[in-house]
Amino acid sequence: MKTNKLSLLDQIRTPKTFTISLFVVGFYGILALLTSLGWLAADYALVQTDLSYSPPSIDYFFGTDFLGRSVLSRALKGSEVALIIGFFAATLSTLIGLALGLIGAYFSGWVDDAVVWLYTTLESIPYILLIAGLSFAMGPGLNNLYIALGLTSWVSLCRLVRAEVYKQKCQDYMAAAESVGASHLRRILYHILPNVYHIALIQFTLNFIYAIKIEVILSFLGLGVEPGVPSWGLMINEAKDELTSGVWWGLASATTMMFILVLAVNLLVHSLNRSQPFYNNVRHHEF
Amino acid sequence: MIFHVVGGDPAYQMAGKYASAEQVQSLRQELGTDKPLLIQYFGFLSQIISFNWGNSWQTSQSVLQMIGLAMGPTLSLSLPSFIVGLLISLLISIKSLKSKQSHTNELVSVLCLALMSISFVAYIIIFQYLFAYKLDLFPVNGWDPSLLKRWPYLFLPWIIAMLVALGPNILLFRSLLKKEMEQDYVVTALAKGLSLERTLWHHILRNSLLPISTAISLQIPFLITGSILLEAFFGIPGMGSLLIEAIQSADLPVIKAITVLGALVYILVNLITDIFYTVLDPKVTLQ
Repeated sequence: MKTNKLSLLDQIRTPKTFTISLFVVGFYGILALLTSLGWLAADYALVQTDLSYSPPSIDYFFGTDFLGRSVLSRALKGSEVALIIGFFAATLSTLIGLALGLIGAYFSGWVDDAVVWLYTTLESIPYILLIAGLSFAMGPGLNNLYIALGLTSWVSLCRLVRAEVYKQKCQDYMAAAESVGASHLRRILYHILPNVYHIALIQFTLNFIYAIKIEVILSFLGLGVEPGVPSWGLMINEAKDELTSGVWWGLASATTMMFILVLAVNLLVHSLNRSQPFYNNVRHHEF
Repeated sequence: MIFHVVGGDPAYQMAGKYASAEQVQSLRQELGTDKPLLIQYFGFLSQIISFNWGNSWQTSQSVLQMIGLAMGPTLSLSLPSFIVGLLISLLISIKSLKSKQSHTNELVSVLCLALMSISFVAYIIIFQYLFAYKLDLFPVNGWDPSLLKRWPYLFLPWIIAMLVALGPNILLFRSLLKKEMEQDYVVTALAKGLSLERTLWHHILRNSLLPISTAISLQIPFLITGSILLEAFFGIPGMGSLLIEAIQSADLPVIKAITVLGALVYILVNLITDIFYTVLDPKVTLQ
């Protein structure tokens, strides 16, 4: 029997925006892969103090920073750092939010109360305090940064998944699954999960953007990656002292690199938002 | 509570590097950190009820007084930009939905997404450099305690705060309004000859006021905890600056007070929103 089920790609109404932004994100992925293999921008940490703050030229396309390191290489290497932070933070928060939301709403009762208690407590603490507390506890560093971000940004996903699972639980197909003796695990993973995955997908992309943007703010507070790691956040924050002496290329290249990636992911979410299962249900983060 | 575990021993930090063991012990007694955690916890509970936060460990001022002093600058920064920003985004949302051309609609969305793709820190650095330093339209930073003389310092932060909030707000309002536009009564209203503009203002806006006010209420706690970035860059002595100083010097009483204040406002706003619902929607009754 032929099913009329549409694949996700068929349901997306503006395929042009979607493909272009997917292509851009993929391009960043390739860049990150090349820099991590050392085939591209390998000189990002090469210190040449005599070349400090040289303006853009043929040799150094985007000039150099205070230690004479190539800004172009650092901006390219920064995409690797940004993708690592965004991907792992979003994965962690999606897993936590999805698991807690599914379990809480499925079993209801005291399990659900515990989940709700946990996220309302988390939510009522000013976010920056939460992050600062975790960063202090775990120390600086790339790994700790995305773990801290992942541990603190799952609340909105959990809330949405929980609400949707409560709706799905009352559907006939759940009663049918129970009557044929499907186990709890099977009912959660095979029956409910496919009906809530679209929420997780959207929240994953939103958290991805959020992690990349908050890294800049945490760098400003001194809670980001260690100095020396070529992150866009550090590059942007260095600019606050450099701009008055006319050094604009660090800020410009890091902001541009970040702008293109974040805009592409934003457009990805936007085109998903206009398609069927997600229709107009996206809530963007502040900042 | 996190800070109890991660903050390290505050007595060590205060006494300095060269303090003897006895000095540290006497300081601990003075601060009350030598008592068991449970007793400290009950002390904390009584502080919440009595609103007496004791004195700051760093400046020895009363914490309540410090918060009182910081609240004014924060509110004069956040409140006007919040209200004006909301009105502008609501106006743009309605105006853009009024236009029949999908091009204009799409353009507004993409512009919003583009606005959102630039880092908050980059906005501040670029605007401060361009408008305050280069063009000399505003003071670069600073503060005047007088209510009438402080506004030149606030102008630029106001603009940045509004600009940053514009993107997510417009996208959210538009998606909420769009959902309402698909209701049957809108078709009826248009069919009986009402103009789209009138329908938007009189029917659709009224009906989507409920989700819109929920969304707005979620932003209110941030008005009080203040914007750390804006206050730090523009030298505004508000709650954000207070929090940063407290985090950097591990000033536990101040951190606790701000955390509880944030949670309190969060709970209060939720309560007020629930009560406000009954005013907006007569169908909702409080149990």
